[in-house]
Parts: sequence; structure tokens; C-alpha cells
Amino acid sequence: MTSISPSNAPLVQFLLRRADDALILGHRLSEWVGHAPMLEEEMALGNMGLDLIGQARSLYQYAGEVEGAGHSEDDFAYLRRESAYRNVLLVEQPNGDFAETMIRQFFYAAFADPYWRAMKASSDPTIAAIAAKSEKEMTYHLRHSAEWVVRLGDSTAEARRRIEAAISRFWPFTGELFSSDELDASVIATGAAIDPDTIRAEWLATVQSVFVRAKLTVPTSTWMHRGGRSGQHSEHFGHLLSELQYMQRAVPGAVW
Amino acid sequence: MAAPDAMLADIRRIAGDVADPEIPVLTIADLGVLRDVRAGDEGIIVEITPTYSGCPAMNMIKLEIELALERAGYSGFAVREVLSPAWTTDWMTEAGRERLRAYGIAPPVGKAGGRGALFGADIVACPQCRSTDTERLAEFGSTSCKALWRCKACREPFDYFKCH
Repeated sequence: MTSISPSNAPLVQFLLRRADDALILGHRLSEWVGHAPMLEEEMALGNMGLDLIGQARSLYQYAGEVEGAGHSEDDFAYLRRESAYRNVLLVEQPNGDFAETMIRQFFYAAFADPYWRAMKASSDPTIAAIAAKSEKEMTYHLRHSAEWVVRLGDSTAEARRRIEAAISRFWPFTGELFSSDELDASVIATGAAIDPDTIRAEWLATVQSVFVRAKLTVPTSTWMHRGGRSGQHSEHFGHLLSELQYMQRAVPGAVW
Repeated sequence: MAAPDAMLADIRRIAGDVADPEIPVLTIADLGVLRDVRAGDEGIIVEITPTYSGCPAMNMIKLEIELALERAGYSGFAVREVLSPAWTTDWMTEAGRERLRAYGIAPPVGKAGGRGALFGADIVACPQCRSTDTERLAEFGSTSCKALWRCKACREPFDYFKCH
């Protein structure tokens, strides 16, 4: 089966960026199903993954509608080559241990919750509708992951060692959340989207307040990884796609 | 096609009586998942909205509505999903809340929309003994819309339908 090449129209690409963030993080969370440290977390990780994949579906459906080339949500999710995915590098990083998964979730949710809240004012009614649903869901993800950051940070030496290592690992991936380029700028100019950099202060305030409670230190380094938004992914991404796309590649066109 | 009000009301009743596949004591009218039934250019349009973005029950609900309407002799209708306005537990009927409680699920507390503090605590009454001496065990339960709680008075664990 051939791969699809989505349109380069700014709004389509903008929607794919946001959809890919949600799909790939949702996929990573789904990898925990069957492996979570306890039953309650098994359900939490599965539910959060489901929320994110649901958000991705809405965004892919709309991208297909805007593009008008007959691509379905499944085409976007399963039939693109690695370099056509536009998610931030943060979400594709392997799960690591539970502390690492929770820090990655916390960094993302602390951004996505205020981001979607602000996007409810989008001039595009479909984006505003998706934002309203997504915001409500991300509030839970933020609360859940923040509670774990506190529980692990203000805990045993081993838990603390792990959460500190997780912070060091993921911190350099947070900058890309606030980045935008000319493509984003052209969508922002229409009023359909907000500049993600306007969320940075609120994100940092959330991180600081939770880290204070957890007796953790906010890193000060400013060097950040970049590349996901232009399709340059980390070495982990191909492996993720081989799992994600496996069924459609092995049995093209398979449906439930 | 002419669609008299009585017919629309009948369709609304039939569609609204479809049970939620995950919480069968509630109908989709109780939940507020059924949004509208109206006459469109190409027939009757039944609009439903998902509780959560990833709600896996939507396809099932759509199918159940179609089957119920076909059984009642209707044809030429379409069931559509709408996202806006975003579903909220505020739309849940009083009868639905009482049925939830009787089923052993604590109904949502308070009004949605107010953003809780990051570490805020809800006060949820046990659906069995009504004690408010309860604690949350997990933010997420057996479905997206529920959290897992425990009553410290009667020691029973219970599901709480989250205010959303």
C-alpha cells in the first residue's frame, strides 16, 4: 500500500501538527496497557491515551475536510511516512519508567490545558469546538500527572532519584511546545489559532508551583531540542511507527 | 419530506430511550448525549454528542438509534455527531442522577465550568450509605467519565460520575 502525502496548505498542516501530538502521546500511553504498576494506573493511562486519540481523531477528520482530498482520519494516522508526521519530539520519546511517563505527561498537559482553553476563542468554529472538548480532558491529565509528580518528588530517595532523572531527560524537549514558524504564523494571523508562546508563562508558573510542592528544582537550562514540527524525528520514532502502522501495512485496508 | 412536530417528538422519544452501552441504567436523553432531532433538507437529522473525545460508545449509540428507529418503521434519517457545545454533566437529568445513585454510581457533584484548583478535593457522597466520609482512590475509573472512590464509613468502593 502506498503512503499518502497530505496537502501543504497551512491550515491542514497546522491541524496535523496538533493531531500528531495527541495521537503519538496517546499511542505511547497505550503501550502501558498491561504493564502499569497497579490497576488504578492501568485505567488512568489507558483513559488518558483514549482522550488523546479521541482528540487526534477530531483533528484528523477536520484536516481531511479542509484538505478536500478524500483522506480519512485513518489515512492520516496510518499511511504517512515518518517525515510527514509533525508532532513535537517530546511526545515520541519512549515511556521509560513510570516517573518518566508522568513527567512527560505533566509537561505536555501543563501546556495543552491552557493552550486548548485559549483556542476556544479560535475564529474557526470547528477548532473552537475541538478545543472546548480537549481542554476539559486535559484538566484531568494535568491534575493526575501533577499529583504523581508531588508524590514521587516528596517521597523516598529512590522515587526522588527517578523523578529528578526524568526531569533532566525531558526538560530539553519542552521548548518545542512553544515554538512556531511561518506556517503557524499564517494560521495565527487568520485568528484560527493562538501563538503557543503566549502560553509559556502560564506553563512555567504551573511547573514551578507543582515542583515547589514536590520539593523539586525547575531546571534553568535553555538549550532545547527541535525538529518534530518539520518532520525530523528522533531515532525512536521509526520504531513507534512500525508498531502503530503494523496492521495497515500488513493487511492494507483492514477495518474492524 | 414533511415532518410534523408529532413525528419529530416520536423520533426524539425513541432515540432518547436508547440506553448508554456502558451505563445501561441511563438513556442517552438522561445523559444529554441526544442533542437535537430536526427536519433537514434530506430527511430527519438526529444529532448526538460524545461525552469525551475518545468515547468508544459513540458508534454503538449511533447503531442503536438507527436500529430503534428502523424497528419503529422510520427511514430516511441520519444520525450525526456534533462537538459543540461541548458535552457537560450539567445536562444530566434529575431522573438520570437518581437512577445512577440507585445503580451504585455517585452522580456528578456541583456545576461544571468552574475550574477546580489543581489539588482541589471534591466532596462526594457514598451512593450506598450516603456518608460524605469518602476518599478518591483514582482519578480515572472503568470508563472515561468515572473516577474510583471509596467510602470510609461503609468501606465500599464506588464509581463517581465525574463533574465534567
